[in-house]
Amino acid sequence: MIDYDPATYSRILTGLTLGFHIIFASIGVGVPLMIALAEWTGLRKRDPHYTLLARRWARGFVITVAVGVVTGTSIGLQLSLLWPNFMELAGQTISLPLFMETFAFFFEAIFLGIYLYTWDRFKSGWRHFLLVIPVVIGASLSAFFITTVNSFMNQPQGFELVNGVLTDINPLVAMFNPATPTKTAHVIITCYLASAFVLGAIAATKMIRGNRHAYHKKALHLTMVSAFVFAAATAAIGDLSGKYLAEYQPEKLAAAEWHFETEEQAPLIVGGFLADNQEVTGALEIPYALSILAHSNPNEEVIGLNEFPESDTPPLYIHYLFDGMVGIGIYLLAISFMYLLIRRIKPAWQYNKWLMRGIVAGGPLGILAIEFGWVFAEVGRQPWILHQIMRTPEGATTAEHVDIMLYLFIALYIALGVTATVVLRRMFKENPAAHELEQRYGDRRDDK
Amino acid sequence: MNLEILGMGVLWLFLYGYMIVSSIDFGAGFFHFFNKISRKDHQVNSLIQRYLSPVWEVTNVFFVFFFVGIVGFFPSTAYYFGTALLVPVSISIVLIAIRGSYYAFNTYGAKDSPVYSFLYGATGLLIPASLTIALTISEGGYVNVSNGQVRLLYGELFSSLYAWSVVILAIISVLFISSAFLQYYAHKAGDNTSYRLFRRYTLFWSLPTILASGLVFIGIRQHNPEHFSSMLNIWWMFGLSFLFFSLVVYLSYRGKRLGTAFVFVMLQYFSAWFGYGASHLPWLLYDELTIYDGFVNQTMAWSLITAFIAGFLLLIPSLYLLMRLFLFDAAYIRGERK
Repeated sequence: MIDYDPATYSRILTGLTLGFHIIFASIGVGVPLMIALAEWTGLRKRDPHYTLLARRWARGFVITVAVGVVTGTSIGLQLSLLWPNFMELAGQTISLPLFMETFAFFFEAIFLGIYLYTWDRFKSGWRHFLLVIPVVIGASLSAFFITTVNSFMNQPQGFELVNGVLTDINPLVAMFNPATPTKTAHVIITCYLASAFVLGAIAATKMIRGNRHAYHKKALHLTMVSAFVFAAATAAIGDLSGKYLAEYQPEKLAAAEWHFETEEQAPLIVGGFLADNQEVTGALEIPYALSILAHSNPNEEVIGLNEFPESDTPPLYIHYLFDGMVGIGIYLLAISFMYLLIRRIKPAWQYNKWLMRGIVAGGPLGILAIEFGWVFAEVGRQPWILHQIMRTPEGATTAEHVDIMLYLFIALYIALGVTATVVLRRMFKENPAAHELEQRYGDRRDDK
Repeated sequence: MNLEILGMGVLWLFLYGYMIVSSIDFGAGFFHFFNKISRKDHQVNSLIQRYLSPVWEVTNVFFVFFFVGIVGFFPSTAYYFGTALLVPVSISIVLIAIRGSYYAFNTYGAKDSPVYSFLYGATGLLIPASLTIALTISEGGYVNVSNGQVRLLYGELFSSLYAWSVVILAIISVLFISSAFLQYYAHKAGDNTSYRLFRRYTLFWSLPTILASGLVFIGIRQHNPEHFSSMLNIWWMFGLSFLFFSLVVYLSYRGKRLGTAFVFVMLQYFSAWFGYGASHLPWLLYDELTIYDGFVNQTMAWSLITAFIAGFLLLIPSLYLLMRLFLFDAAYIRGERK
């Protein structure tokens, strides 16, 4: 057994809560947009299929929102419980966006409640559609505000720390730090992307199982077109994130890339193994690519990890997380593009089994990429909780029993995860779309 | 009025809001389960469900608002309370998580499950009980601060009359506030069976409410005489609370103006809550931390207040819309609108 070290247990417990929460939070940010797109398409085309799509997505969404809300409450409190020293400093400097996030979420929660229970309340469907807009805005703003806090941890500014005393505090400068633009954009767009793929995966599963109802085809098409747009945007923003890192956190980029010596025309290393003497074997090397990622110029110099003292650099396994995240991102872009391409040039293969399988895999992979991305972002910032200001153990609690709390929360998340899955499956199995269409709209077309 | 008091006042107001809406919510969840096992009219439960469904998520935000706000306005509370309350608040989180999710699972899932119903009914009473620990320890004497270490003294806490009296008051208040609200809601829905049931509950829980409040007074006099004497200085706030309480009982007994009766419930708790809060000042944690030495820097305080005002302007019309659609829409309450 390892000795009881509250800081280590605090890290594990925070990682566990965030890792679990982020699944539901990402869906919570992305799915409202997809619901809005479906309802809007339904109104525009006067097509009840899309309206029902919005309705059914919204119904499943409530379950994920519930888990998202309670795990969000959990992480919100755990920040103070597990990182009291950090929060004491953060309260002085970055509490503004934390506070604003509550408002954004409050706003979203109110309209979500209204939205869910007013489907048949208004004469015009457009009125009901208007109610989803605050939900989309509230969800994305929540993500924005909370990510500015994480940006601040990576690039703290807007205060002076002289002999342990904080002065010259400027909350807006703290909030809009150099990490904010790329980080918030990257987080929000990938939530959209992963959510589109999760919903697309459901439709593709129906195709594989031979259920070729027009309802599912439309769901597949809507999600894949959206996913392609989001994936392209993700790639562009991801590139900008690389440039941000090169300028402000070069050690994070260098560790992610196993880039040890400062050099020009730096290659990008994909995969591989690392020996003790910093020798990389079995990796794919893309010449100039790291210089391009960092500075948009193949000849530019990229700072290597050896410029930094070892005590200030993150663990090197983040390389795999980075590669995993980028690899999945490229996969999602490729598979959604394939779908669009095949649909155009060879419609007969549009619902080809292998293509559908590829899309089904995109659902869990998208979520996995988000997990990789967050672990990379957090572990890549180590040993700092506040970059170059406060080291992680300094921010942690000194309380006893963090280990027992860890086991308690493991049990909780297992229970929630299992029940949520069971409930979601049962909800849709017992009431298939075709059945509901018939009931609600008297739609007997099969549209095979 | 200075910024410290203004900040605390706002946070206290939100905590008051949480106390009221969550009591309705927790109590309703408990009654939902209780009616189910005692095989009371099914109608009662669909009434409860109609109220709870659109608002449960909003309830939770009141709480989040409070604990995010207090770290913003009083960052040192994160250090003192965060360290001391690791175990009790973690337990509260688990209970809140179980309640929130199993509520959704039960309501939106395919079928009504007795296990889920039990889980969210029972946790509803345990959450307030566990959360009161935060208020209890603020009285001092339950936390040991030395050499930069903050420790919660479990022995002192669990053997304290005061701590237990607060727990009892919290649980009884949940049932009392909730019955009074549901009595009004059922009456408005024209659902006579439910109305009679909740009227009985309201009257039944009224005496215990006042007895438990008395117990808290005794407990606090014993535990923190200084706080008790500042409470006596503003005795009229507690007197007012008692007056409102009597009006609630009178109106419920006569079965008249039940909406007003519920407003009196809110006022009863409002005056007691703010009487308690005002007499607690300036201490956040008795003998260790005051609102003045724990306060955030002025720049941040002003930006939080600005954000608060802007946010509030956004929330008021939204909350109004929510209430108009679900609380004050007679057709919805009667279940004629889905």
